[in-house]
Amino acid sequence: MRAKTVLWHVLCLAAVAVVLYPLIWLAFASVKPPSEVLSSLNLLPSRLVLDGYRQGWEGAAGIGFGTFFMNSFVVAVASVVANVLSCTLAAYAFARLRFRFSGPLFAFMIATLMLPHHVTLIPQYVIFQQAGMVNTFVPLILPKLLATEAFFVFLIVQFMRGIPRELDEAATIDGCGVYKTFWHVVLPLAKPALVTTSIFTFIWTWNDFFTQMVYLNDAEKFTVPLGLRLFVDTSSQSNFGAMFAMSALALVPIVLFFLVFQRLLVEGVSTSGLKG
Amino acid sequence: MTVLKTPPSSATAAPAPRKPRGAGRRREHQREAYVFLTPWLLGAIGLTVGPMIVSLYLSFTEYDLFTEPRWVGFENFVRMFTEDDRYLQSVKVTLLYVLVAVPMKMIVSLLVAMVLNTRAGSNGFYRSAFYAPSLLGASVAAALVWRAMFTEGGTVNELLDGIGLNTPSWVDDPSYTIWSVILLAVWQFGAPMVIFLAGLKQIPRELYEAAEVDGASPVRKFWHITLPMLSPVIFFNLVLEAIHAFQVFTPAFVIGGGRGGPADSALVYTLYLYQAGFEDFEMGYASAMAWVLLVVIAIVTAVIFRSARLWVFYGDKS
Repeated sequence: MRAKTVLWHVLCLAAVAVVLYPLIWLAFASVKPPSEVLSSLNLLPSRLVLDGYRQGWEGAAGIGFGTFFMNSFVVAVASVVANVLSCTLAAYAFARLRFRFSGPLFAFMIATLMLPHHVTLIPQYVIFQQAGMVNTFVPLILPKLLATEAFFVFLIVQFMRGIPRELDEAATIDGCGVYKTFWHVVLPLAKPALVTTSIFTFIWTWNDFFTQMVYLNDAEKFTVPLGLRLFVDTSSQSNFGAMFAMSALALVPIVLFFLVFQRLLVEGVSTSGLKG
Repeated sequence: MTVLKTPPSSATAAPAPRKPRGAGRRREHQREAYVFLTPWLLGAIGLTVGPMIVSLYLSFTEYDLFTEPRWVGFENFVRMFTEDDRYLQSVKVTLLYVLVAVPMKMIVSLLVAMVLNTRAGSNGFYRSAFYAPSLLGASVAAALVWRAMFTEGGTVNELLDGIGLNTPSWVDDPSYTIWSVILLAVWQFGAPMVIFLAGLKQIPRELYEAAEVDGASPVRKFWHITLPMLSPVIFFNLVLEAIHAFQVFTPAFVIGGGRGGPADSALVYTLYLYQAGFEDFEMGYASAMAWVLLVVIAIVTAVIFRSARLWVFYGDKS
């Protein structure tokens, strides 16, 4: 039995090493001399070179990567606030309140889970373009404020349905109306779902590339993925240092979030089927 | 179905006094409900239903964003399937990607989940470690790393050379490019794995114990207990993964160098849609492509749902 346990751990650790190898490789590649990145299989650099970070941080077109990071943070944090707010409100109505058309509206909400966003992309772009909002953060944040991410409405509905109804009823008997019950009873108890929503919204917005590429044109508005995009077109060795240094930095916030919240994230996936 | 289960409502534990189910009761919170729903309703109408109708209209027009749309009937759709070789190429690439990446990812995630499930309670660390790429993998940064590892002199090529398998640069050889994109998808097996693991934990131990008493081999136990009991979860993962796979964009964009790779070998559907709409400003054509994508995803989802009665086993309903 002992030998079997050891074998099991060896097997799993080997698999973990393979799965995490690209990330470990990136961490070391970002401090390698550029000539070693693709010519040597050694994981460890022969000497520590931080030029990549220095060059990469300077960014492009006179705009530093610091600006890109700042923009990404602004968009991600605003998205989190907007998404949590709007999805919680909608979820409370679906989970707790009786109203006309609640069935069809809920079914519609579930149906939008499967909708490829490309089918709304172009008219949305036209709307924002005519409103003069292209090249601002509004098209990235406004949809979040209007709860278009049905995944999160669904996640919070599922969670709220698990909160005992007696608590609502007790609050009603004590004279709380719908709003007070929401604010003082359901909202505090739904906190775990709101935290999960916040973390996933942050990470998805941080990683989002398509929407940001569609809506942001000027380098001073660029977010981190758009800053990294500048490395996509070039494959010259000279840029490798900066490319890997900035890639590593771009992943740092997600890795930190992951380390702090890993249990919540994994449980969020297994209870709602959220995609990572 | 385990992944979608609703925690039991305690209303059943302590029955509330019955109230008349009249209209007054049903719409008790009518006004408040619509207050709570306002943001979502605005989004549903203004950013989902409205734009869907407009994009359906645009798909029958020629529209460059700056002049009025011009009605062209079915021309966009005809052009797609009869004249546009790049479109057909993007369909080919995407179908290959979906048909290979989805099953591969499902098999890997199920295998890993089963290995982790053999030892109850001790797998939190492994579960988290395997899940990590699911969060990072969709980013431009991860795709850049992937491209470097699969290029000439990159880790993968060197390793394959080391064991005597000479491959060209995966990124630069048209017959390999999409495979590196597929492997990047498989690398993100963590999310379905976590869902499989939750499903595996729901299978009653007694079933396996009874099978062991009857002398069933591990293979038989897998085919006759694990797979049927897990089929609702397999179904759920399959639907989610398929819908997602059709919309792959970032990895193909980055690994293909922003243009769809050599000889359009990584020109996935959404990438071509992006190029049509936002580089060539053929917004009518791009809308038509989006609607074809929607219809294909709807058909595939419907087929999976219809087929479910043949292979998805709901123990409590039989």
